[in-house]
Amino acid sequence: MKAAVVVFPGSNCDRDAKTVLEQVTGTSPAMVWHGDAELPKADLIVLPGGFSYGDYLRSGAMAAHSPVMREVVARAKQGTPVLGICNGFQVLTETGLLPGVLMRNRSLRFICKDVRLKVERNDTIYTRAYEAGEIVTIPIAHKDGNYFADDETLARVEGEGLVAFRYVSEDGALDDDANPNGSQHNIAGLYNERGNVLGMMPHPERLAEPALGGTDGAKIFRSLLEALH
Amino acid sequence: MSEATREVDAPDELPEELIAEHGLSPDEYARIRGELGRTPTLTELGIVSVMWSEHCSYKSSRIWLKTLPTDGPQVIQGPGENAGVVDLGDGQAAVFKMESHNHPSYIEPYQGAATGVGGIMRDVFTMGARPVANMNALRFGSPDHAKTRHLVSGVVSGIGDYGNCMGVPTIGGETNFDARYDGNILVNAMCVGLVDADRIFKSAARGVGLPVVYVGSKTGRDGIHGATMASAEFDDASAEKRPTVQVGDPFTEKLLLEACLELMAEDVIIGIQDMGAAGLTSSSVEMADKGSVGIELDLDKVPCREEAMTAYEMMLSESQERMLMVLKPGAEPKAEAIFKKWELDFAVIGITTDTGRFVIKHQGVVEADLPLSALADGAPVYERPWVPKEPQVAPKEVPAADGPLSSLEALMGTPNLCSKRWIWEQYDHMVMADTVARPGGDAGVVRVHGTNKGIAVSCDVTPRYCAGDAFEGAKQAVAECWRNLTAVGADPLAITDCMNFGNPERPEIMGEFVAAVKGMGEACTALSFPVVSGNVSLYNETNGVAIPPTPAIGGVGLIPDVAKMAGLALTQDGDALVVIGETKGHLLQSRYQEWISGKLEGPPPPVDLAAERKAGDFVRGLIRDSRVTAVHDVSDGGLLVAVAEMALVGRRGVKLDTDMGDLPPHRFWFGEDQARYVVSVPADGLEALLRAAEDAGLPAKALGTVGGEALTLGDEPPLPLEALRSTYERWLPAYMDGGREK
Repeated sequence: MKAAVVVFPGSNCDRDAKTVLEQVTGTSPAMVWHGDAELPKADLIVLPGGFSYGDYLRSGAMAAHSPVMREVVARAKQGTPVLGICNGFQVLTETGLLPGVLMRNRSLRFICKDVRLKVERNDTIYTRAYEAGEIVTIPIAHKDGNYFADDETLARVEGEGLVAFRYVSEDGALDDDANPNGSQHNIAGLYNERGNVLGMMPHPERLAEPALGGTDGAKIFRSLLEALH
Repeated sequence: MSEATREVDAPDELPEELIAEHGLSPDEYARIRGELGRTPTLTELGIVSVMWSEHCSYKSSRIWLKTLPTDGPQVIQGPGENAGVVDLGDGQAAVFKMESHNHPSYIEPYQGAATGVGGIMRDVFTMGARPVANMNALRFGSPDHAKTRHLVSGVVSGIGDYGNCMGVPTIGGETNFDARYDGNILVNAMCVGLVDADRIFKSAARGVGLPVVYVGSKTGRDGIHGATMASAEFDDASAEKRPTVQVGDPFTEKLLLEACLELMAEDVIIGIQDMGAAGLTSSSVEMADKGSVGIELDLDKVPCREEAMTAYEMMLSESQERMLMVLKPGAEPKAEAIFKKWELDFAVIGITTDTGRFVIKHQGVVEADLPLSALADGAPVYERPWVPKEPQVAPKEVPAADGPLSSLEALMGTPNLCSKRWIWEQYDHMVMADTVARPGGDAGVVRVHGTNKGIAVSCDVTPRYCAGDAFEGAKQAVAECWRNLTAVGADPLAITDCMNFGNPERPEIMGEFVAAVKGMGEACTALSFPVVSGNVSLYNETNGVAIPPTPAIGGVGLIPDVAKMAGLALTQDGDALVVIGETKGHLLQSRYQEWISGKLEGPPPPVDLAAERKAGDFVRGLIRDSRVTAVHDVSDGGLLVAVAEMALVGRRGVKLDTDMGDLPPHRFWFGEDQARYVVSVPADGLEALLRAAEDAGLPAKALGTVGGEALTLGDEPPLPLEALRSTYERWLPAYMDGGREK
């Protein structure tokens, strides 16, 4: 599996994405500079975490208009898997590839901690290595992760089963205490209709080996390897 | 450079008030006038005033700092460069330094703290290292003080926003509340970077006729005279100094980091220096002075973001995210292409010369022409008068409260012992995906990327001990740092220091400084833990009231294999808990004394450095031999607080059952004697461990057994862990939320 990681000015989880891809797939991804309109052929495109363009406008808003994103959007529409993590998720909503927006956390503070997620489905290219309904531990690290969409969009997202992950308590309860940022319906990650685009606020690349305290994040990349090899 | 320039147009005389406003004493002014043989221009006065400020010249501290041990086989670079460097083996090295940003953070907490973090990271990547870990040591005033909540909120979000955006994990730190910081908070930021030992960059501009290059952000009027502000006391009008605080842009710094590292991979840089305090002035003086050359700058070439900036303003601006480099001739196009790619300014603004002079030209006028020798090495050095402090008279016995467990519960909910989760969860502590020990333990640990080696980092000082006795307190700061690194299984390598004190012109303050340096020196020598970098922040006083002496120590250690790292979490029911080191029950200056009597008085616990070394080497050996399942150093709050922290993190109770000897329970459980660790050991290893300690000549005592969901002790009702956790976690978020409701 050959992946491409897009690097924006201000990306800071690009190396982390590269590391996990190398560990899980055994192949180094292409690191693609945002200014290159040329995007190499890739089985998977990753939009990594960070603060693209400083996030001084709206998180992800500037990056969504960078030259390489035109090609990313075109590939996504053709069915190429695109995984947006944290800032990458914000970029995906700004391009319109995923519905809704990520607002400032309700505490108005940056939050970095492990959270429990419920894997909603395991019949997608990103989650086949998980059990459906499995409760996993993956960290978040963001200030703008408060998912919001209008009622109609939310109904469609839920109706079509597009929610990938939800914040839950340790025992799997879907309650407000388990919601770290105020996201509607505790949404932590979302697919597009076709299921090839996934945006998620948690960072699976940060808990993908035992030395870091857990391996739940690695299964996303293992799923992709299985699905795309 | 610029064609026809006029000679320096010096005024006949400068008004006395102007000289005083620049923080120069009449003697200092006479000295520079003598050096020049004429009256200085305004620009020259500005340049001299910042270079001779306490902040840049270390004029009060220099003679004492020279006495500190700075050598060792592990030391690659000691004090004198942007940061210190220690060997990590395998051709790798750690670059690190800690720096204060106290004065700006009190005046404007968000930007003050943010730019403190930005500045210290620049110091590290200037040397060619990629920053891999940040830490900080914060001192705030009393929680009851009207400004404290605002300051905590601003400082924490400033540190977080800058480090988070840079993508460098903040892996720990320490935070104290003490009314003695009401008028002067301390924000000390530390950064550790990783570099190949043969790719370290320094600041000397060696060679004549070389291009002097400016890169990074444009220059504005922010931060003018920041270094001078940081070299004076505060009074009631200090809020008016807000314009002297710089404004940070972490995004630009991230670009600057990547651009610099990209350029450093090429063989084109001769010298590089970040523009920190005193900006363009101190960076060019330092590079020229170290390279024994002159330097000539054409300010018409400096990228400015504001119009009509004068030479004076450009030379004194402390605009952030800027660097000065001296390149190999002809390398400009290659360097410029890299900086343009990262959308940063790049300008050749000057040239190195053989004149030994610092020449500043602007719009065809020579605005300054100063001998470099007078600015750097020629800065004044003072042997300020100092008096030793009267030893504190020991008060009568510290009273005992009923029941150690109920005392513990109360103590764990106090501002200084409660959980600091509210703070460190605002810092991205996992980015770079190498954090193997997160905040909340004795030391933070990041892996050396792509290896099994770990870099352990800890920041420590106990200001109340230093207030009681600056000499013993400074020894304790070094010893505790060494102990924290040891407790995770690291070999402590070296330290950086941040010396925060009051006004050195007062002999009693200078006496504290001298005592602290002597104490540090003794501890560093005894523990083979040299000083490789540091910073001094004096004049931390408001209206004549000084902070407690606060020599903050930032230590770095190496863990050969992170698989053998230790943590404080209890991991296994049935394990035995053992305290290593002697418990004598020293309650003076302890958290217990503060809680039970509302006072902190008497001498602090004495530090026996030989005992420290013996206990530490023994515990490190246990960790390396995988004989212990958890380790925690005993510090603030004493033995029972250490046990409680291990239980909370490990989510396991402890049944305490021990022989307290002749000590009353409150002294046994809450005394803050030094050189102690609590370890947990599988039950079948207990006897052997106690025997090994005896063989090593170390006191060791079994404390109890791990298991259950509570702490139990004697006849007292058990203390359920969940109740303790809620007390421990509650205070800080509740305090900070209290602010919003008002």
